[in-house]
Amino acid sequence: MNDLGIYIHVPFCGRKCPYCDFYSIAFSPSALNAYTEAVLRNIKHYSEPERTVSTIYFGGGTPSLLTPEQLQNIVTSVRDNFALSDGAEITLEANPNTLTPEKLSKLLDAGINRLSIGIQSLLDDELKMLGRAHTAERAEKAVRDAAAAGFSNISCDLMIALPEQTPEKLRRSAERLAALPIQHISAYILKPEDGTPFAGSDLLKALPDDELSAALYLETVQIMAEHGFAQYEISNFARKGFESRHNCRYWKCQDYLGIGPAAHSCYQGKRFAVPRDIELFSSSAQQPVEITDDAPYGFEEKAMLGLRLTEGIDLRDFPEHRDSIERKVPALAEAGYINFDGSKLSLTPEGFLVSNAVIGQLIF
Amino acid sequence: MANEKIRNFCIIAHIDHGKSTLADRILEKTETVAIRDMEDQLLDNMDIERERGITIKARAVRLKYTAQDGEDYIFNLIDTPGHVDFNYEVSRSLAACEGAILVVDASQGIEAQTLANTYLAIEHDLEVVPVVNKIDLPSADPERVCAEVENVIGIPAMDAPRISAKMGTNIEAVLEKIVTDIPAPKGDPEKPLKALIFDSYYDSYKGVIIYVRVKEGTVRVGDNIRLMATGAVFNVVEAGFMDASSLVNNGSLEAGEVGYIAASIKSIGDTRVGDTVTNDECPCDEPLPGYRKVNPMVFSGIYPADGAKYGDLREALEKLQLNDASLSFEPETSIALGFGFRCGFLGLLHMEIIQERLEREYNLDLITTAPSVIYKVTLTNGEIQYIDNPTNYPDPALIQCAEEPMVKASILSPSDYVGNIMELCQDRRGNFKDMKYLDDTRVELHYELPLNEIVYDFFDVLKSRTKGYASFDYEMMGYLPSKLVKLDILLNGDVVDALSFIVHTDKAYPRARKIAEKLKDNIPRQLFEVPIQAAIGGKIIARETVKAMRKDVLAKCYGGDISRKKKLLEKQKEGKKRMRQLGTVEVPQEAFMSVLKLDS
Repeated sequence: MNDLGIYIHVPFCGRKCPYCDFYSIAFSPSALNAYTEAVLRNIKHYSEPERTVSTIYFGGGTPSLLTPEQLQNIVTSVRDNFALSDGAEITLEANPNTLTPEKLSKLLDAGINRLSIGIQSLLDDELKMLGRAHTAERAEKAVRDAAAAGFSNISCDLMIALPEQTPEKLRRSAERLAALPIQHISAYILKPEDGTPFAGSDLLKALPDDELSAALYLETVQIMAEHGFAQYEISNFARKGFESRHNCRYWKCQDYLGIGPAAHSCYQGKRFAVPRDIELFSSSAQQPVEITDDAPYGFEEKAMLGLRLTEGIDLRDFPEHRDSIERKVPALAEAGYINFDGSKLSLTPEGFLVSNAVIGQLIF
Repeated sequence: MANEKIRNFCIIAHIDHGKSTLADRILEKTETVAIRDMEDQLLDNMDIERERGITIKARAVRLKYTAQDGEDYIFNLIDTPGHVDFNYEVSRSLAACEGAILVVDASQGIEAQTLANTYLAIEHDLEVVPVVNKIDLPSADPERVCAEVENVIGIPAMDAPRISAKMGTNIEAVLEKIVTDIPAPKGDPEKPLKALIFDSYYDSYKGVIIYVRVKEGTVRVGDNIRLMATGAVFNVVEAGFMDASSLVNNGSLEAGEVGYIAASIKSIGDTRVGDTVTNDECPCDEPLPGYRKVNPMVFSGIYPADGAKYGDLREALEKLQLNDASLSFEPETSIALGFGFRCGFLGLLHMEIIQERLEREYNLDLITTAPSVIYKVTLTNGEIQYIDNPTNYPDPALIQCAEEPMVKASILSPSDYVGNIMELCQDRRGNFKDMKYLDDTRVELHYELPLNEIVYDFFDVLKSRTKGYASFDYEMMGYLPSKLVKLDILLNGDVVDALSFIVHTDKAYPRARKIAEKLKDNIPRQLFEVPIQAAIGGKIIARETVKAMRKDVLAKCYGGDISRKKKLLEKQKEGKKRMRQLGTVEVPQEAFMSVLKLDS
């Protein structure tokens, strides 16, 4: 039996960021309690005592709104119902404002050993524009406190292609971030999502065009490399050995079980999703699920996900498609979009920028 | 059947002037149709006709009418196509009649098509009965319109019935006029059979049904008939007439009558409109005059958007051809578009109708190439070639003389727009012939125009420059020498055969620039830069570039939700089907279509 990763979606936020379209609602302590109880019920429901769980990921929302006790109960429940491995990676997404030295040490005690801190930028004007509640200084302090408390695996988010962002501004923000005691950086190109306040605002007009966005992305890849963060996925960079094991499950088509409203799973041969409804989730004995795919891990899916990683795919794994793919290699390689060594095929940073088209061209 | 009680007639009217509505009212008044069975505009059978308000195929209906003189009359109402593309069919329908009702809109007056068809009717010695329709409209001015009819056509019109077909007003007056003004047919039932084919269609049970006007003699079930132009002989299974909804097998048709013949005819190619039907054992001396084979004027390549649908397209074209002998097609291969068909049409409307029927009735997604006319090229060695596909245009070095087909165009319009019309015709390389005032406010202009200048969008542009008031009609006038060049379009350095076309030298530069711009707008950014070039021979005369895309990425994949990425994959897969791969360039269907409408 393959090992498993568990994703817990915590759909609460102190405030909603204007660019975010993930499922979250305003939090209240009572709702948080009911939610935690439902998570525990579900862990029991899916119980597989023999099955190794090697990663747990608390994503959101703002999972750091859960109390250390609630987090500990959940981790303990996973340990009781599954075979939680000793070196398991247990990640908590956290808002810098929620991370006090006291809370940080309690989080460590609760079993959390990796933090993903939503910093987004280390320039105050950008933070303000993004509607973030923290300042650059507060964010830096949170990271230093976390390291001081004993966290040795810290990831920070960085947003690129922000309104009015220039390569110089990006470099200032990114270098300040890279100088912190962290091991991992997720750098996302901002995409205005339909229906978010951001998408309806004037800021859209100040967004960089495709040309500048591309330059900002390539600049990011460059800065990361200069500071020892190697790219391993379109948007992810890490010091050696600190790649997110949980997130890699998604790209490598390994099983993950999602618990919580809006959580997605690829589990027991099916992809399924939980409805975006906190009331329904908290009041149900077992979370309701909608199956989105009952035959995952097909060629197209494996190739599309695998090619997001810098390690790419190995054509020996796809003998029926190998000829068809190889025919398309020379033109793409010549244009600098891909690397190919005769069996391993991967995208370059230039290729990642247009990866939808490159992947489409390769597999269709 | 006594001939003096028969009236054979048709209705001539401009689009929208109320032909079909009047026909329905006549059917209703003669109680041919129970009112509850009536659908609006009964005579038009095809959906497209109904939607566009155009009658495409002629039909004939037999009606009974008891006149005010107390006698019963047989009316044969022969419906005619109203559009210039079907001019020959119109002339054959007219040849089946003794009279024509000319319907004129009480507010708009005479239009170019009406005029052309009325002149045609007069040429065929038909008695023209003017009727002024739409008197219920506030803007109706029947007196002015009657005066116009008298001035322009030169027939008495002051006593023309003023009617409203829509409201059913004064329809009896029209019926009485038919009895009193239109002559009864002549002809001797004892003479050898001589019948004119004026329409035909394919029925899956009975084979081809031919509509005929018997001029002399009698045709009976069991007779062997010969179609004189093709020489084909058939045994008559049914002979009769059509009432409002079905064919009635009467056993025979006599001189003076209009009706149908079914004779287990397999191919509509055997039954040509205008041909003469005679008795195989006792034939007439010579066929009726006026027969000619209809030749397509406009050609276009039709390709399935999805190459796998080639077989479906062939089947659909074959089915359409069963009912439309004027549609021609033969297989054609394009490097850009794969397998398709070179199709020939009577004109632009005919082309649009066929394309629309293929898409609508047969659910096909099509790519069509720019319509082309037939160019006449004399080579230096004296050989003459007729070129209907730009791809086959000879090397300029081998051409001694190139000629293009010309039309005589007649345009009717309020005089306010004369300037705009002249500008348009000038721009389309027209030769002004003359202009005359029909009355104080309306003019008729005559131009000679190259057919290739009107096959794209002439009528659309004319309409838009005259706020929809101008009407337009044309007839072929033969070939004239012209300075023609073949313009090639290159994508990423390779000629795209489906985009080549033949153009007058003076038009080559602006057209090349326009096409390059259109393509630039319609070819999405790709992974590689795509140069678009327009060239005459080896010389590039216009250039645009589709820049390479810079950003096309889903940066985030949160919590293992890959649904967006899968959706994108599906979209790409679907989109791929609508793309043509030309070397490394992917060209969407829209790009091919966009160059067909350069002025919009």
